[in-house]
Amino acid sequence: MPNYHGLYSLLWSQLIPLLLLLIFIVIDASVKELLIFERLPESIILIGQDEINYSVNVIRDNIRNLDVLISLDILSIESANGLYNQYFLYRTLFLSIISLLSGALGFFAISRLNMRFDARRNVEKILRFIFFIFSTVAVLTTFGIILSLIFETLRFFSQVGFTEFMFGTHWSPQTAIREDQVGSSGSFGAIPIFTGTLLITFLAMIVAAPLGLYSAIYLSQYAKPSVRNYFKPMLEILAGIPTVVYGFFAALSVGPFIRSSGETLGLTVSTESALAAGLVMGIMIIPYVSSLSDDVMSAVPESLRDGSLALGATKSETIKKVIFPAALPGIVGAMLLAISRAIGETMIVVMAAGLAANLTANPLSAVTTVTVQIVTLLVGDQEFDSPKTLAAFALGLVLFFITLILNVIAMITVRRYRERYE
Amino acid sequence: MNDKALTLKRKFAETRFKIYGLASLFLAMVMLVVIISSMTYRSIPAFTNYGINLEIKLANEFIDKDDLDYRGIIRETIFSLDSECDDRKCRRSFSKLFSSGAAYDLRDALEEDESLYEKNFNFYILFSDDADLFYKFGIDKNLPENERRLNDQEILWLEGFQEKGLVEKKFSSNLFTNGDSREPEIAGVLGAVIGSMYTILITLIISFPTGVLAAIYLESFASKNRITDFIEVNINNLAAVPSIVFGLLGLALFINFFGMPRSAPLVGGCVLSLMTLPVIIIATRASLQSVPPSIREAALAMGASEMQVVFQHILPAALPGILTGTIIGLARAFGESAPLLLIGMVAFVVDIPQSVMDPATALPVQVYIWADSPERAFVAKTSAATLVLIFLLIIINLAAVILRKKYELKW
Repeated sequence: MPNYHGLYSLLWSQLIPLLLLLIFIVIDASVKELLIFERLPESIILIGQDEINYSVNVIRDNIRNLDVLISLDILSIESANGLYNQYFLYRTLFLSIISLLSGALGFFAISRLNMRFDARRNVEKILRFIFFIFSTVAVLTTFGIILSLIFETLRFFSQVGFTEFMFGTHWSPQTAIREDQVGSSGSFGAIPIFTGTLLITFLAMIVAAPLGLYSAIYLSQYAKPSVRNYFKPMLEILAGIPTVVYGFFAALSVGPFIRSSGETLGLTVSTESALAAGLVMGIMIIPYVSSLSDDVMSAVPESLRDGSLALGATKSETIKKVIFPAALPGIVGAMLLAISRAIGETMIVVMAAGLAANLTANPLSAVTTVTVQIVTLLVGDQEFDSPKTLAAFALGLVLFFITLILNVIAMITVRRYRERYE
Repeated sequence: MNDKALTLKRKFAETRFKIYGLASLFLAMVMLVVIISSMTYRSIPAFTNYGINLEIKLANEFIDKDDLDYRGIIRETIFSLDSECDDRKCRRSFSKLFSSGAAYDLRDALEEDESLYEKNFNFYILFSDDADLFYKFGIDKNLPENERRLNDQEILWLEGFQEKGLVEKKFSSNLFTNGDSREPEIAGVLGAVIGSMYTILITLIISFPTGVLAAIYLESFASKNRITDFIEVNINNLAAVPSIVFGLLGLALFINFFGMPRSAPLVGGCVLSLMTLPVIIIATRASLQSVPPSIREAALAMGASEMQVVFQHILPAALPGILTGTIIGLARAFGESAPLLLIGMVAFVVDIPQSVMDPATALPVQVYIWADSPERAFVAKTSAATLVLIFLLIIINLAAVILRKKYELKW
């Protein structure tokens, strides 16, 4: 099989060099920065961080062109020359080492080839290893999420106390621009945010749990297959509509509607009420509840159902007394997944719930949620060392762990349930 | 209670229960219809625009084609409507009625047809959003003047135009052909759609090969051990991580650590591909599993290696399912906006992005930006943009359905 021999030498000669090339591309920017920083004149460093960043950016963008580099007047002519030479020396060295390595590895591979060499097995070994690397990307992503969140959160807690964040009841992250201004510290008590998130999630589940569950019961137990085939995808469209559309709908139609109907009843309703966001989010979550509940109820063994019906129970009695209890763990799993989805949902609350961190359980007032705060703290201009931006990462970490725990519990319950009837 | 009454009661309970189920299904459907129809209804004004047909007099004038003051020409033309208006305040208020995009329209028209430089011709000048809304919905004149978008004099002018029969309503294609703008009457979604396309392209390039190869490894080669179990748990969990957390990862890792540019579709694509990856892996595994073991055994019996079995027999058979799953994953990424907000794709971008490194925004983010705009005319534009978004999603999902129907193998 000559093509395997070719493939074998190709993989040997290209794989490691390609990896090195990737590393080169990734580190190139930081190497440039390091080289530039070494040569930055004292006068610029003294001016301050903004000026340094600006100069480094300008030099980095023009590092390939010596004439421009000199005409920029940031570096002296010698250091511009030195920078240019050193940068290109490093580039050339790195790239030539890569190509030399590629040639050497190729020669090595070819020298191993002969009549008896089992190229196919060797090639497959290499490919299998590559595939394994690809399958670890998901793990790397999880680690990336945890590490980056924890790293920034630790920086946050070096500036703001842990107990203040977890148990404080006052949230106003706007740190003042001038240091001598009143209230310049900002306060980071996250309790109002957590209660706001809980309130909206609760409202959403009040809508989604009964509607989703009853829809699932109807679809899995009553509907004819033709009806089921038609309505199940229809229901899933609700999950396919982008959340930004729901958010716009909530802010434009539902919010004002609740406000005006509240006013006719003599209630004061804020335009960005928790109720509007919760209701619309509930609609969005219906398919998450119904789809999985439908699956688990369909998975209840026929024998249980037949036994109950044979004893004279009506269909609804069978569902209530036999199928529902049997499917309960799975249904609980579905609810937990739906709750986790509601907690992590962003656009609906960003557009329809408010920014005011009120500590209240009144669904007609404005509350704010974890996701809303993350977005508000991070959208727009930001400096990376202020507790304001770092607070977003701390909130993100809380969000990640809460949803993680919910997901894991849900997955375990559903899996246990499946195993019981297999 | 006698038997008959009990039976009746049970029957009644049965019907009631069934009705509950039907009613909740029906309610969910009604909400779907309400959302779509309310968006459609509110978007109607976005597709038309009022304007005024005026004669532009370029004949008998000396014209320097390279340095033509288009804005000046438009101004001169509109002030010919009311010659009494000659002080500064009046002129400012008068020109506020017309779209500032008219100068660009004129430039485009002249560049298209060079012969226009030498003659007088009729030109359609768009009204600004306030004037446009006046013709579409009228205005409440009982409000005090300073609380209205238009003052008494402006309303008088607009009514005057209408009486003279100058006002004309036309279909407006700006929504589909323009980038974003501060002026609602010339703002469009083209830039956002292109930005979305670039983002999805990057997502596809990264997540499709990675996801498929990872799934093949886990399904066909991996031995059952702790490491593969761990990977599997990770993938399942990653599929349920809130999307905004991926945005935080993108911000911390790609932008702060790797120094990639903010607002670029490249970064957006990277973030969304991490989000789409678990979806593709799960779909691919399901699809690989559905290929019957007999195929695999037959190929192995003929002397094929494991790798050959997978790539020459199982993968081709599973491909329709894999592609369907990928398209559905991409459709989800297409409608996603929360992570993109965090990596700066929420910027005000007028130009249509030319590459994956240009600052850009995505269509769902455009909806969010417009929904936040104070101008009333943006309500219709936003609704229209959500319709475009839903329409594109329907097309993408339709492609997946057709693919499945046409190529799916039944064993």
